[in-house]
Amino acid sequence: MAEISKPRSKARPGANMRLVDALQYRLPVAALVSILHRVSGMLMFFLLPFIVWMFDKSVTSEISYDTFASAFTAGIGFVPGFLVKLVVLALIWAYLHHATAGVRHLWMDATHSVSKQQGHSSAVATFAISIVLTLALGAKLFGLF
Amino acid sequence: MAINYGSKRLVVGAHYGFRDWLSQRATAVVMVLFTLALLLQVIFGGPLGYDSWSGIFAQQWMKVLTFVVIVALAYHAWVGMRDVWMDYIKPVGLRLVAQVATIAWLVGCAGWAVQVLWRL
Repeated sequence: MAEISKPRSKARPGANMRLVDALQYRLPVAALVSILHRVSGMLMFFLLPFIVWMFDKSVTSEISYDTFASAFTAGIGFVPGFLVKLVVLALIWAYLHHATAGVRHLWMDATHSVSKQQGHSSAVATFAISIVLTLALGAKLFGLF
Repeated sequence: MAINYGSKRLVVGAHYGFRDWLSQRATAVVMVLFTLALLLQVIFGGPLGYDSWSGIFAQQWMKVLTFVVIVALAYHAWVGMRDVWMDYIKPVGLRLVAQVATIAWLVGCAGWAVQVLWRL
């Protein structure tokens, strides 16, 4: 890229790259798996209280279980049901992508398979597994089957 | 003097980065095993409702496993989020605030989850 050959800011040599600059790079599939591993982890971290809330409501009593179940249809408080479903769908994707990408890490650790080609094909496999399972569970969540 | 760096580095030593790398994987494996254990019980536990769902977590072995997973998840998320803050937040004061908030967030969520688990 042309930008890279330009001298960096004279005011601060070696300054950190700005996010807008970082977004100019076209990522290979493996890099996309990597950054989404991070994004999905952060998403689950920030939604952790919601996850614990769902656990709390779903197991505490039959009454709380009904509250949990109706959150997906009638909504909860000011949040409509479809928004609850969308957030849960995002969590499903985040979990599936994070877990699949994590197993890919374990597989690479165990087999030392770190060639460019294997990195590419395992990244494609990671996306295939996580996206197909997300679509299937998402269809179930939204009552398509 | 014995060589204790490179491939011969001391596993129990500090500041190699190895401990975080290993704990991230160990906690991940615990969570994957928990996922499989839960999934099998949901799939083969008959029609899903309050009784069958809460019954899964009422078993003592499942309580123990879930408790271990809550601790593993908190530690796993701590290592991950700390790496994120270290990568993107450079001012030391701001990074400290983010790290302390992360610990408070994780300990709070873990405590809540344990409380839910314990009263079943």
